[in-house]
Amino acid sequence: MAGLAAAFGSGAMTNPIRDVLSAKSILLTGTNTTENHPIFANYVKEAIVKNGCKLIVVDPRKIDIVELAHIWLRPRPGNDVAWINGLLHVIIRENLHDEDYIQNRTTGFDELRACVEKYTPEYVSGITGIPPEDIVEAAVTYGGSKPSSILYAMGITQHTNGTNNVKSLANIAMLCGNVGVVGGGVNPLRGQNNVQGACDLGALPNVYTGYQQVANEDVRSKFAAAWGVDHLSSTPGLTVTEMFGGAERGTVHAIYVMGENPMVSDPDINHIRECIEALEFFVVQDIFMTETARLADVVLPVACFAEKDGTFTNSERKVQRIRKAVDPPGEAREDRFVIAGIARLMGFPLEYPDTRSIMQEIARVTPSYAGITYERIERDGITWPCTSEEHPGSPILHVGTFTRGKGVFTAIEYKDPAEVTDDEYPYILTTGRVLQHYHTGSMTRRGTGLNRLYPELLAELNPDDAGRLGIGDGEMITLSSRRGTITVKAKLTERSGPGVVFVPFHFSEAAINVLTNSALDPTSKIPEYKVCSIKVEKASM
Amino acid sequence: MEEVKLIIDGNNITVPGGSTVLEAARSAGIRIPTLCCHERLEPIGSCKMCFVQINGCAEPQQACKTRVQDTMQVTTDSEQLFSMRRESLRELLLRHPLDCPVCDKAGECLLQDLAYEFGVTDVHQHVNATFETFYPTSLIRYWPERCIVCKRCVTACAEIKQLGAIDIKGEGPTAQVYPAKPERCESCGECLQVCPTGALTENLSRYKTRPWLSKRVMTTCTYCGCGCQMQLNVMNNRVVGMTVPNVFGVNKGSLCVKGRFGYEFINSPERLKKPLIRKNGTLQETTWEEALGLVASQFSRIKKEYGRDSIAGISSARCTNEENYLFQKFMRAVIGTNNVDHCARL
Ligand code: SF4
Ligand code: SF4
Repeated sequence: MAGLAAAFGSGAMTNPIRDVLSAKSILLTGTNTTENHPIFANYVKEAIVKNGCKLIVVDPRKIDIVELAHIWLRPRPGNDVAWINGLLHVIIRENLHDEDYIQNRTTGFDELRACVEKYTPEYVSGITGIPPEDIVEAAVTYGGSKPSSILYAMGITQHTNGTNNVKSLANIAMLCGNVGVVGGGVNPLRGQNNVQGACDLGALPNVYTGYQQVANEDVRSKFAAAWGVDHLSSTPGLTVTEMFGGAERGTVHAIYVMGENPMVSDPDINHIRECIEALEFFVVQDIFMTETARLADVVLPVACFAEKDGTFTNSERKVQRIRKAVDPPGEAREDRFVIAGIARLMGFPLEYPDTRSIMQEIARVTPSYAGITYERIERDGITWPCTSEEHPGSPILHVGTFTRGKGVFTAIEYKDPAEVTDDEYPYILTTGRVLQHYHTGSMTRRGTGLNRLYPELLAELNPDDAGRLGIGDGEMITLSSRRGTITVKAKLTERSGPGVVFVPFHFSEAAINVLTNSALDPTSKIPEYKVCSIKVEKASM
Repeated sequence: MEEVKLIIDGNNITVPGGSTVLEAARSAGIRIPTLCCHERLEPIGSCKMCFVQINGCAEPQQACKTRVQDTMQVTTDSEQLFSMRRESLRELLLRHPLDCPVCDKAGECLLQDLAYEFGVTDVHQHVNATFETFYPTSLIRYWPERCIVCKRCVTACAEIKQLGAIDIKGEGPTAQVYPAKPERCESCGECLQVCPTGALTENLSRYKTRPWLSKRVMTTCTYCGCGCQMQLNVMNNRVVGMTVPNVFGVNKGSLCVKGRFGYEFINSPERLKKPLIRKNGTLQETTWEEALGLVASQFSRIKKEYGRDSIAGISSARCTNEENYLFQKFMRAVIGTNNVDHCARL
């Protein structure tokens, strides 16, 4: 979450989930909360219905939570910087910004003010299609009902300008003094259960645990000493997308995958397959024979969450236990034994008596996890930063001062998405999840229960568009982009705005990521899943 | 909020103004039997179990719906109250079969516990209405003949989820739950969670267990970043169900459809059970020794031939913190590269 880290010094959710109950208004954007984070949605609903909190929803799709919204803005996909600049413009014009907070806690305000000068409601309306008066109302609601909490998810980040989108949201939160306060904050909702933990524990190319930079010499020598090695590399490594690029160019010869399925989840999967095929050696460690595992030279069977001990860190930075309930099937082993087994054969001991001792080592080398022990989280988790065994944890970040010192406003001009519609590809495709399934579907599609509720892939299409194309509900259609074609069943629904088609990505047999664009955000390297141009046709029988 | 002082069963009690008599009694550790009231829901007042006497009121009052007042004097237990509660319970049991031996809920059923406590042994079900069993989700089974129409389920769907997918239709002995707006149902199981009897049961697992036979293991949901707390119900080394204590974690008893019903994959016959290596173009079963040996020797060879940075590792947002730590330590300390990432960008 590079955008938040640049603005505040930390990329994590600033406030706990429950905190929305203290908010006077909520700005929810790029998150279909009721489907993707249903428990968070319960709190949002409680805040609105019981506490009279005002809800502003900004989403190109008419998602379910819109029915509780006081204001719903429907921009076209990929227009986020424009509408946010519009809100900033109105808040400043109406004098709803928090002068003291801006003065004492932030930098860069003057540049921001100059930049958003031209983003009048009328100008923004021209780009986004949102009526000017709605932009004013949303701005006045956000600026006038404090504290206000911002919730967002991949609808904001999965764009070529995703980092800018996030910085824009940080701008608006700081402008009104909403960061570091109860009921406020900028809160990215994590899609997968342990995204936060994977980042915290150093599964990133440029940092060790707790975001300690690999380029920093002191940090490097600390880790070298802790791990008993003479040398650690100081060059930041490759991101997932760059790894596959390296495979194609012949600079990466082997890839080791633990528990991921990029053959369904990554953009432009035909290309990914070619990259994998170019490798000399490809190892996949998983619980199922996924589409990715099928391409491997070695497949290693492992335990699932119910078959091992450990911890997950949730979206709100809370470290919580998981516990072994059953044995893994057949000869499957816990991932830690597999990693240690390979390491031993390569002459390096990585064995630990139990997961508790791994956490003890993590605490020793990671300041933000220093006070976290299994004993302390036996009943209830602890929220990092937790710097000592006496430290109670830190549910709210940036209280009094930002992690990086002063909060940074960034002046950002609106840019069109990487791929815009044209005569040949006139529709916008946007992808996401549905309630009943999870990620690449390898878990949720293997039981009877959830599949019974949502058995097949449906492409959501606006009824007016369908009418024009002569497509009926339930008919098969083909969707084509510059990269590929898939055939799916159409579902006609007002949830999709005119000109927009939504398709979930859980279904490997009709993997939507055949169509999506692998153009990346230059900073976060997140692919542009949310917007690509397609054409829609009735399938020929 | 200002405080209110009152006397319950001779004890002086101070509680915040606006509390109910039931809340005040509970805060002092005084138990009033209840059936429909639930800590996550607004008072419902359908079961008529919580009657108390209040000085100055001719008739006993429902403790769940009566707000405290200064100097109020409350009696929670008396012969009269006991027989009123017993009568309420008999009413409920009139339409509830004593099919406890075949009910999933037996052993943790509030109705069963109260019938035992009040010694109600002489009720024979005599409601013979025909009920509809439709329910808005196929993951939950509705047993109308066991339903005591306490309205917990309907209240949970309306209050916690703001959905109103179910409601009550009919009056008195023929009343029942029905799918009022089935298209709104999210299959979250909030209704199932709060049902005090066996009228709503999970309609998923072929393998059933009785509460006293299974082991319950507290853990964290494996799906989204909310990090809900849940208990896996285990019998014979198999996960056969899910229970959720009302007090833990961010979810406090709630789960979504994935968390509550998405555990079948654990026992899937498609789980990988043996290491595989590619021989002559196809993946074939092998031993751990051979598989790990091949990985280690290939990594060593490639590292030697093309350098440390020619190997890359993709870790997982699905794996634990400890595993992610080990994985990056392996890539950095053993392989010697910072080429480690995960798919969080997705
Ligand atoms: S499963 Fe959830 S949405 Fe459906 S009826 Fe029950 S509480 Fe309502
Ligand atoms: S139960 Fe649902 S909301 Fe809770 S963590 Fe699991 S997937 Fe997320």
